[in-house]
Amino acid sequence: MKHVMKPAAVFFLAAILVATPPAHAAGPAVVLATTTSTQDTGLLDVLVPAFERATGYRVKTIAVGTGAALAMGERGDADVLLVHAPKTEDAYMAKGRGLERKLVMHNMFVVAGPPGDPARVKGAATAVQAFKRIAAAKVPFVSRADDSGTNTKELEIWKAAGVAPHGPWYIKSGSGMADTLHIASQKAAYTLTDDGTFLSQRATLSLVPVIEDAKDLRNIYHVIVVKPIAGRVGNLAGAEAFAGYVVSPAGQHLIATFGKAKYGRPLFSADAGAGDGP
Amino acid sequence: MLDIAVLSVGISLAATMVAASFALTGALWIVYGHSPLRHVLHGCFNAGLGLPPVAVGLAIAFMFWRSGPLGPLDLLYTPAAMVFAQIIIVTPLFGSLAVIALRAVDPTLPGQLAALRVPARAQLRLLARETTPGLLAAGLAGFGRAIAEVGAAQMTGGNIEGQTRVLTTATMLDVGRGDFGTAFGYVAVLLGIMGLATGAAFVLQTRWR
Repeated sequence: MKHVMKPAAVFFLAAILVATPPAHAAGPAVVLATTTSTQDTGLLDVLVPAFERATGYRVKTIAVGTGAALAMGERGDADVLLVHAPKTEDAYMAKGRGLERKLVMHNMFVVAGPPGDPARVKGAATAVQAFKRIAAAKVPFVSRADDSGTNTKELEIWKAAGVAPHGPWYIKSGSGMADTLHIASQKAAYTLTDDGTFLSQRATLSLVPVIEDAKDLRNIYHVIVVKPIAGRVGNLAGAEAFAGYVVSPAGQHLIATFGKAKYGRPLFSADAGAGDGP
Repeated sequence: MLDIAVLSVGISLAATMVAASFALTGALWIVYGHSPLRHVLHGCFNAGLGLPPVAVGLAIAFMFWRSGPLGPLDLLYTPAAMVFAQIIIVTPLFGSLAVIALRAVDPTLPGQLAALRVPARAQLRLLARETTPGLLAAGLAGFGRAIAEVGAAQMTGGNIEGQTRVLTTATMLDVGRGDFGTAFGYVAVLLGIMGLATGAAFVLQTRWR
């Protein structure tokens, strides 16, 4: 049996090494740490291959929450970040762990809830008002509770509403956006979601948007080039190329048209150059 | 779908092969050796049966992070890192079952064969024939654990499309995306692979008897 096993083991090890594509001549693969919402909507499935074709760099996309993505950048475990928690990003940049930060795109947050709207949230002018009504009615609300950009936004809204949410109605999923939506749907609960993920999941959810287009619900994405740490593996040139690509006309066009065919309207608005990258 | 299935099988097979060669060496020592230290190894094998794959995944990811001690190797989020993690997960399982398989052989058999002046090579062959069914079962269990595992695969591989996406992490992703049809497809392929592996092990076991 051993005589059979040895060549087989060698073969499979070799096969795995071969299956791992060789590093780009310009350095190791570019590690992109980003958020579950960009992955769950499918935007990255379009953007990353287009970037790879355009530049020849190879990208390793790691989809985590914004908090985890920023932590990866801080440790030097990622080369470039695509994240959406502007206040947390400010703190990150203040620590000197980012070389540059550019505005890429935005979509809107949506407060989604059961069709019956048991907390009578519809008609509230802002998310802050909506959250106050949910807390007062003690209707279940599912929080990501994962330090993601959406979770950060949610906590900001609670703070602005003057509510410290806790109790059996406040459910902490600890999961990504799409998972959290399904939990909210199954529990007939409210939740805060980005409209891109909500649209892409809507067919399998029994949730409706109860607050949309409120002015306090803008969801802004920035790309950040991580400052390399001397002596560590990294790919600064690839990171700069990626940041350049997503704000280039080609990258912005992909973002502005993404989802149009499938959902009837784009999931993100391309913003590069429209405003500031602080 | 095909490349994901092939990668799943490749990683799990490679990990099982390497783990089996380590663990079989250890198991032979445990059963036929004399050093009291062999009981320590046996204890490690048995304790390792309960080793949570997420703990292994976290430890391996920590080692291979760019900021970790093995960061310069640039292996995190590669199939190699996944194989490393699976080797650690499978080795104790295979070792523990291999000890049982080896001990199932009549302990006086080697002595009897020697007394009958059976040549050394033939002795080994006879012993191998006795233990092979048990070792195949150990290999099947190890392979099954490796291919069914998701936590360590996610942490060390990162579920990167076309590079480290395996059946279990792809399933988790599509459940997360709400694409349950695709997720069921992955699960069906996973079950099919285990069915084939079980069938193959059964055929080999009966042929060896």
